[in-house]
Amino acid sequence: MHEFGIMESALATARQKTHAAGATRIHRLKLRVGRLSGVVPEALRFAFDSLKQASPAAGAELEIEEVAAACWCADCAAEFETVSLSYECPRCHQLSGDLRRGRELELASLEIS
Amino acid sequence: MCKDCGCSQPGPFAVHAQPTEPHTHTHTLPDGTVVTHAHDHEHSAEPADQQSHGHGPHDHGHGHAHQILKLDTGILSGNDRIAEQNRGAFKALKLLALNMVSSPGAGKTTLLQKTLLELKDRLRLAVIVGDLATDNDAARLRTTGAPIVQITTGTLCHLEAGMVAKAMLQLDLRALDLLIIENVGNLVCPAAFDLGESLRVVLHSVTEGEDKPLKYPPLFQSADVVIVTKTDMTAAAGFDRDLALKNIRLASPRAKIFELSARTGEGLGAWCDYLVACKSGKAAESAV
Repeated sequence: MHEFGIMESALATARQKTHAAGATRIHRLKLRVGRLSGVVPEALRFAFDSLKQASPAAGAELEIEEVAAACWCADCAAEFETVSLSYECPRCHQLSGDLRRGRELELASLEIS
Repeated sequence: MCKDCGCSQPGPFAVHAQPTEPHTHTHTLPDGTVVTHAHDHEHSAEPADQQSHGHGPHDHGHGHAHQILKLDTGILSGNDRIAEQNRGAFKALKLLALNMVSSPGAGKTTLLQKTLLELKDRLRLAVIVGDLATDNDAARLRTTGAPIVQITTGTLCHLEAGMVAKAMLQLDLRALDLLIIENVGNLVCPAAFDLGESLRVVLHSVTEGEDKPLKYPPLFQSADVVIVTKTDMTAAAGFDRDLALKNIRLASPRAKIFELSARTGEGLGAWCDYLVACKSGKAAESAV
């Protein structure tokens, strides 16, 4: 349950960037969350609803883009998306430890005015 | 840098495209590629209380100036920056740093006690130990004579890089070969927080069943080492060793796997030899 801390941190960055851009309101906040980030989108939404009051994001919508996990298979020289978090290459069935996507925990964009 | 085309023009957080009338602009990259972008006019924002959101019957099509700020910034970038500083310090000092993570009660502290004693004459060790409250673990570990720093996190369910940086100030890092950071007992949150460690070590005790690695993918995926602990209790716990090892291999494709009992000492030697080999940069040869 570290989603509150993570959302606090995202809102603090959002506030600072909004202020720096000379705006006062956040209408939409878009996060990018990887399947292997260890963060649950539902818990992020709950934290957002609790924390957004009394902030420039009070009336904002939260959009969460989930990013599937993908690994690089060196033998096939190709990327593959992991299916139900198995790291086995669907072509050659080797396990890959080379994760290329899926750990994202990013503030992607803000819509402000 | 702009994440859309890689150009360096719009600065770290570009005001890009969007709502009303985008116009295009063209610029040439150093290699001669010509890139055309759609950009928004940059309006100065009106104070919030002067914006009209009502578009009544005689809508005359004015838009309030919403802009999109593209950021693409890591939410934990503050932690990651400090973690990189820690990592830099460890590298400069040729110090091997472990981040040891497990559920509560998997045997981190007992394994550390035994590891400290076993390696006493081979490596100079210290431990930073994190718990929500009490310094019970530090007291147990201090009986080994090694320098121990306790972090109490209050209500926080994981260690962060800044806490480790602070704890590092309490240690004479130059006089160490191996620093072990014992994280708060938790298989979820520590996965997201880089501490700057050289190796992430995840413990899995035989009393936890066989499917923990499948239930907690983020942490197990990030493991460099997985240690199956309490192997002396395998029979009592009805632990299916083959199934557990299969699950660990699936969930932690990069990890080296050790099996040991800190209580009986079975398997402890291989783990300690591995640490010595890692410290001297010869880890691959002693890999299990």
